[in-house]
Amino acid sequence: MEAKAGLGKIYKPSGEIVAREIEGELIIVPLTAGIGDMEDELFSLNETGRSIWKRLDGRKSLGEIAGELAADYDGGPGEIEEDVLGLVDELLKRRMVVEVP
Amino acid sequence: MTRVRTDKAGLWSRGGPRLSHLDIELTERCNNNCLHCYINRPAGDEKARRREMSAARVGEILREAASLGCLGVRFTGGEPLLRDDFEEIYLYARKLGMKVAIFTNATLILSRIADLLSRIPPFAPLEITLYGMTRKSYEAVTRTRNSFGKAMAGIDRLLERKVPFVVKGAFLPANAGEIRAFEAWAKTVPWMDKPPSLSIFHVLHARGERSKNRVIKSVRPGPETGVKVLTRDPGAYLKDLRMFLRTFAGKREERLFTCGAGMDNISVDAYGRLQPCLLVRHPETVYDLDGGSLKDALDNFFPAMRKRKAANRSYLERCARCPLRGFCEQCPGNSWMEDGTLDGPVDYFCEVAHVQAKVLGLLKGGERAWEIADWEKRLDGFSEADARKRLEDPEGMNTPSLDETKTHKGGPDGS
Repeated sequence: MEAKAGLGKIYKPSGEIVAREIEGELIIVPLTAGIGDMEDELFSLNETGRSIWKRLDGRKSLGEIAGELAADYDGGPGEIEEDVLGLVDELLKRRMVVEVP
Repeated sequence: MTRVRTDKAGLWSRGGPRLSHLDIELTERCNNNCLHCYINRPAGDEKARRREMSAARVGEILREAASLGCLGVRFTGGEPLLRDDFEEIYLYARKLGMKVAIFTNATLILSRIADLLSRIPPFAPLEITLYGMTRKSYEAVTRTRNSFGKAMAGIDRLLERKVPFVVKGAFLPANAGEIRAFEAWAKTVPWMDKPPSLSIFHVLHARGERSKNRVIKSVRPGPETGVKVLTRDPGAYLKDLRMFLRTFAGKREERLFTCGAGMDNISVDAYGRLQPCLLVRHPETVYDLDGGSLKDALDNFFPAMRKRKAANRSYLERCARCPLRGFCEQCPGNSWMEDGTLDGPVDYFCEVAHVQAKVLGLLKGGERAWEIADWEKRLDGFSEADARKRLEDPEGMNTPSLDETKTHKGGPDGS
């Protein structure tokens, strides 16, 4: 069964990808096999996604990250938490982040 | 999160990176000795090997390329897998977040390298050159015993591990009767979404080896034969021609560089010299990376180089005024390869361009395109449907069959 993201959990980028910031875009380049469906597929994050990604530092919990974002973005706490959990679920599914025990 | 195919536009909201792609020739040495190849030094050439960049130096160049936003590097040669430190260089590029394209003959894809490519994929299909469908034809080209078996074994290892690759060929006397078989076999490769590219009009060596040039001249097809091969699938040829003519419409005039060479796509040779493309090695277009940087070359050296104008009188009288630019492979790189200049007309490519224009009905008899006054009118009267009929009618073209192995013996202006 796939792990689900949790607000009390802490995550960091996995060793199976390389994240690069180029011309203001955050590009995630798979390093190992099976992350993308296509052999030449890269991934990019929108502005909100970039704000979340930069905070996935292996120290802050997702709840803390959502709290920080609440200061910068419109929307209620529930909505922001939902966005954070949704993105991290997607990143977990693609092995782009790992949980820090 | 957005998934992005790197071959599609749309990744960049504010314009692309300063450097989008880098070619690195890891070695000039090759374990094959192909008749038509312009670069292969012997695998055991110790003098060449000692001059090659170290893995650490390649790493420095890759680091600077990554800092300029480069997302893709192509390792070519010679045969890049000849290098003992290929795995180290490959992994370094991948860990910098680059896609890696590899040009190889597949003979050195042993289990270890195939396993690596399966575990850490290059994220670009390998490009494999295969010069014959049988041991006899393949080794007549590579002039290397047992190379066919090794290449096919390398290909099998990639297939077993589902490592994506595409195949490319070359039209040569030894394999002239195998084109259709090659294309049929290529269709069975899971990652081939179009017919394999086929090198037809081979360029000379330009590295001071006249004997090699004699060999290349002896195997490159005559213009009529070459054009027959080029147009063997009229629909595909006309489609490519439409795209190519859109990009290269109009006369060159005095400009030397009309492609993107030296703009955001540059090449490093095996010894650490930076070139505007893989072919142009003229001393005045080569940048010494030891005393500089990729950024300096992109910002200063190559822009100045691209302003150069042609001075060769023959070029100015012919190429600069010629409307066949879209058909002709003359460029500074090919001029350099053929005669060691940047602006020398390449008679072989000139003849090939004229043969194409004739089979398309744009030129007649002994006409030379640069002398045609009513070119616009001729283009207005051009019918793709008529051209297709001409191409589909071998009698009308009066050209040899694919199996003929007539090679090019001509001199300037087809004399």
